[in-house]
Amino acid sequence: MTDDGETRQPRDETRAEADIPAPAAGPVAAATGAATATVPNGARRAALSEGRRSERRLGWLLCLPAAVIMVVVTIYPIVYAILLSLQRADLRFPNDNKWVGLTNYVTVLTNSFWWHAFAITMIVTVISVAVELVLGMALAMVMHRTLLGRGVVRTLALIPYGIVTVVAAYGWRYAWTPGYGYLANVLSDNSAPLTQQAPAVGIIILAEIWKTTPFMALLLLAGLAIVPDDLQRAASMDGASTWQRFTQVTLPLMKPAILVALLFRTLDAVRIYDNIYVLTNGAQGTSSLSILTYHNLIGGLNLGIGSTMSILMFITVAIIAFIFIKGFGTAAPGSDNAGRR
Amino acid sequence: MRPETTRRLRTTVAVGAAAIMAGTLLSACGGSESTGTPVLNMYAYPQQHRADIVKRCNQQAHGKYRIDLNLLPRTADQQREQLVRRLAAADHGMDILGIDVTWTAELAKAGWIRPWTGSNRQQVENGTLPAPLSTATINGTLYGAPNNTNVQLLWYRSDLMPKPPATYQGLIDEATRLKKAGKPHYVEVTGAQYEGLVVWFNSVLAAAGGSILNKAGTEVSLGKPAVTALSTMSKFANSAAADPSLSNTQEDPARLAVEGGTAVAEINWPYVYASMAADKPQMLKNFKWAPIPGITGTGKATIGGENLAVSKYSDHPDLAFSAALCLRNAANQKYGAILDGVPPTIESVYHDTRPLDPNKKTNAKTNPSMVTAYPMRQAILDELRTAVSRPVTATYQNVSTVTSTLLSPPKSIQAVSTERALRSQISDALQSKGVLP
Repeated sequence: MTDDGETRQPRDETRAEADIPAPAAGPVAAATGAATATVPNGARRAALSEGRRSERRLGWLLCLPAAVIMVVVTIYPIVYAILLSLQRADLRFPNDNKWVGLTNYVTVLTNSFWWHAFAITMIVTVISVAVELVLGMALAMVMHRTLLGRGVVRTLALIPYGIVTVVAAYGWRYAWTPGYGYLANVLSDNSAPLTQQAPAVGIIILAEIWKTTPFMALLLLAGLAIVPDDLQRAASMDGASTWQRFTQVTLPLMKPAILVALLFRTLDAVRIYDNIYVLTNGAQGTSSLSILTYHNLIGGLNLGIGSTMSILMFITVAIIAFIFIKGFGTAAPGSDNAGRR
Repeated sequence: MRPETTRRLRTTVAVGAAAIMAGTLLSACGGSESTGTPVLNMYAYPQQHRADIVKRCNQQAHGKYRIDLNLLPRTADQQREQLVRRLAAADHGMDILGIDVTWTAELAKAGWIRPWTGSNRQQVENGTLPAPLSTATINGTLYGAPNNTNVQLLWYRSDLMPKPPATYQGLIDEATRLKKAGKPHYVEVTGAQYEGLVVWFNSVLAAAGGSILNKAGTEVSLGKPAVTALSTMSKFANSAAADPSLSNTQEDPARLAVEGGTAVAEINWPYVYASMAADKPQMLKNFKWAPIPGITGTGKATIGGENLAVSKYSDHPDLAFSAALCLRNAANQKYGAILDGVPPTIESVYHDTRPLDPNKKTNAKTNPSMVTAYPMRQAILDELRTAVSRPVTATYQNVSTVTSTLLSPPKSIQAVSTERALRSQISDALQSKGVLP
């Protein structure tokens, strides 16, 4: 214990003192482990010596700046957004602000624009993440197996991810603009795919896939790297075909990496904003939840409705994360085991 | 002795450093206050010769103030967003605001711009056309000085359509005739899902004798005239006059369709005349204008343009008012009208026949006048007399967004049910209760 680094000392000492076993691995336990360990029962607290107590005080003091910053930059805006979502708060009518309870939630949840945007967001998310997973896996295999020019291949594959999303989105927009766009010119004359709903959603999905497949590939590449070569060789000695080795050996071992990649990309895709903002800005029924929230909050200056939408998006994202972690056993970052308990 | 010296040295260094820092901060905040000339920050949309007009006013001010021109983004939505975000944050760095006529009510109701009173108000109202003035007057209080105005006209090719029809039905008939003859027959209107569609609807609705909101801007009006207007739009959108890409036509594609020879006419702002003169001079002699079409006769135009307002958070409001008065005086309006094509709001400017440089002879290219740059000026003046404004309400942005969404694409408008949908959505939008699409 005492061999540990200086900063960890107080926490580990206390844990020994409190005689609490190391927390079970798992995201929640890992995150709260330190907290439970520092709150032993009253009898034990009395037994703490003066030195230990001052050490613990030091520990708290050292944590304090980080805690204060967290509260100021994260907790306060969230709490403020929740409070705003319970008010009629419109910047254009500063004198009419009042508490309205859950009225804003009823307004948003009974509105067809909201559900339309919800459907579009889900369509974009499901299709783009599914395609990205397949393409990303293929790309990861290529990057993993390439023997010649490995660095060049990886760099080339990662270029789209390195381009700022807004810049890439403008590239896509111009490519699909009739007259001078190289992709629009492939289509028949007078067709402007970005001005019709279905083609526009298709282009948005395409732009998402192009942009973030490398990110998926990068996460999967890390997963591929942990599959031991010995197992592959043993499987091939047993007569497994390439496909069998992929499905029976590689994929099961990669499951944590795949689930983490899926979780990250799904959460990212649900919040899709920049591509749509540049490509259509929500016209022709292509608004995502973020675009709708932006239009109401920033364009409409309606803080109440806009905050309600933000909170509802926050809940959506939380539900998705919950399903991934509890349902599929995705490991949260920082824990070393599957999250399922 | 030695520690004492060190301490003294340290104190000196500390005081010196503090003084330098304070000095830097002060000079950073003060701008040119130190030279005695207050700086007025003007925020306005990019207009080619605006900087010249600002320069002229700065010279005339003789050191009383200096206007610093700051340009807003290009699109109207982005301009509005930047302005309202800074105003909502009580930004003292803005003094004179160049705002779209439709935002005037919104900014006034939110308490972000100052009313024009006393002699300032008198100077604005003196000689200004009533229609642009009405866009800046909210419940009898003047909140902006109309700097330029705008109305759409019917622009047509006289070689294909010798007599311009006064109604939409007439346009449809003409288009059908031209189509049969195998000639260009599209009549371009702004049918894309954006503010232009609201302008089109507002004009047709006014021609049918109705309005989107009541006069006070508090309740939805629509009703029977709206049903008439909507069925006119739907009929037009499904006729030979409608371009196949009507649902994504904005002002510029409309202009290009006529210049490119695929369309016979367009309902558009006067800038298309200068554009035709530059792009297709050989077509100019057959490029004519007529009043905007209506339903039973000549229609009513929707008014556009810019008002100059003074921010509530300005530190020099009095100077800002007098600077705004200079920026929009007759001479500067004429300058902007001739060089940038923005129609003036002061009536006398339309009758001014002198060229830009009165000491030299009038020349359309080198020394233009209102006569050479604005051959359609009488038509604009006539339309301005009957022009209608868009709904004057603080929630205009909401009303406009909802309207353009529900009317898009114009082909699918169902007069009765669309009117009902508009009524309920606009009603929600007015109370800032509804959700913006």
